[in-house]
Amino acid sequence: MDTSHLIDLGYLFAAILFVLGIKGLTKPRTAVRGNKLAAAGMLIAVVLTLLHKGIISYKLIILGGIIGATIGVTLAKRIEMTAMPQLVAALNGFGGGSSVAIAAAEYFTGIGALQTTITMTALGITTMVGAVTLTGSFVAFAKLQELIDGKPMGFPGMRQANVVLVALAFILIFLLVKNPEASGYFWLLLLITAALGVLLVMPIGGADMPVVIALLNSYSGVAAASAGFLMDNNALIITGALVGASGLILTQIMCKAMNRSLTNVLFGVMAEGGEAIDQDEVYAGKVKSSSADEVAMILETAQRVVVVPGFGLAMAQAQHAVRDLADTLEANGVEVEYAIHPVAGRMPGHMNVLLAEAEVSYDKLKDMDEINPTFEQTDVAIVIGANDVTNPMAREDKGSPIYGMPILNVDKARTVVVVKRSLSPGFAGLPNPLFAMDNTLMLFGDGKQAIIDINASLKEG
Amino acid sequence: MDIIAQLTVFVLAVFLGVELITKVPPTLHTPLMSGTNAISGITIVGALMAAGSGGGGLVSFFGFIAVILATINAVGGFMVTNRMLAMFKRK
Repeated sequence: MDTSHLIDLGYLFAAILFVLGIKGLTKPRTAVRGNKLAAAGMLIAVVLTLLHKGIISYKLIILGGIIGATIGVTLAKRIEMTAMPQLVAALNGFGGGSSVAIAAAEYFTGIGALQTTITMTALGITTMVGAVTLTGSFVAFAKLQELIDGKPMGFPGMRQANVVLVALAFILIFLLVKNPEASGYFWLLLLITAALGVLLVMPIGGADMPVVIALLNSYSGVAAASAGFLMDNNALIITGALVGASGLILTQIMCKAMNRSLTNVLFGVMAEGGEAIDQDEVYAGKVKSSSADEVAMILETAQRVVVVPGFGLAMAQAQHAVRDLADTLEANGVEVEYAIHPVAGRMPGHMNVLLAEAEVSYDKLKDMDEINPTFEQTDVAIVIGANDVTNPMAREDKGSPIYGMPILNVDKARTVVVVKRSLSPGFAGLPNPLFAMDNTLMLFGDGKQAIIDINASLKEG
Repeated sequence: MDIIAQLTVFVLAVFLGVELITKVPPTLHTPLMSGTNAISGITIVGALMAAGSGGGGLVSFFGFIAVILATINAVGGFMVTNRMLAMFKRK
């Protein structure tokens, strides 16, 4: 058995560790160990590759490794938990970028030499998917970081333009397969697919980001798998397939939680459904504005309280304040749980991470299906910075554009307290009849300050 | 390895992925994404081959870029996942 067999066996071992790593992530208790197993797999793969006889110069490897590790460590240590969606978006982009760069290096290594139809096809697909992931992720990053406007952006005929770009990309891959030595096709393919990535993500708005991030996660996996076909490397194929499947499943979960198809999210046809609903008609004279003292008084007699967090909680960095309030309530013998809608926040699991940061025990974070039947036995539901995911129109109003989207049934609670800056609509652009219900109290103001105030007057009382 | 063998590995791995990922609870979806980001840093093995090949010119340039990006993914991904997972506690 020669070294290359040994290296391949090592890759297999690394792939096994990745699988066991993901298996560890199926339970919070085993998750840390799973992550470490996967990291060990990566280390083994890297060390073995460095022994490969094809590697004759270590200068660029060492330099690149130092730069990459420095950036990676800095990002991982400095990032705020509220900014996790941006980080994941950026990491997706780096993954795609890395695949593109490998495809490019492989292309210029073999240029002029005999290249087969299969490797050239894999090269074309790696370039295409990788470039779309790279630029698409950075548009998503810019939107989440608010470097550019989070609203859907586009121009007339954008969809047609995208179709043309996709068609052009496939034509270029075909031409590249037929003429492997013509590097002009390669550069053009890179350019067009990079533009495609930008155009695909620009029209997608802030609240649809969970879907986009999950989808780009999947793309980064597909790009890696495709790079595996190109380099004839099983470790890349297996890992890419795992990541691709993971992203795809998360995408599906997110779409289902919004009752929308993937095409609907990607091409944003949502706003077209239904007629405009007059906000005044829903709210006029029915919205009750409350105070922190009044809310505290109600909480004093409560036995069960459910907190419903949304993106507003992240915006206001209110997770620690919420935890403090829950501590006060629990000290008074109140049962406190958290209702997590799958698309609350800007990425899958965003709210869970924020509350975990504030040291909320994970068994108090309840999924939609688990918590919904309990709202009728809930004395107070506190909604913080969530809107569309609590809108009863999704359940009752057949003409509504969001009809059929599964929601948290907070309106069934005896009292609903909504902490919100104003009556402005959520991402769907719809008024929320919840705010005007008899059992709803609106507490206008900054989420964090409002919770701190409630907690203060609860402690005084 | 021929293309059929590669495709076999790919398809089986997709099925394995689907089976595994559907068991991950929503609470861990964010660490799952950053964790899969980290393992997709496995592209580093391709990056190392390209950067170390001594090919010069564009090959070395792209290899170098690939090493940087894949290292950010692997190092940053595993570390931030670890940081998040350490916060998930039950009391």
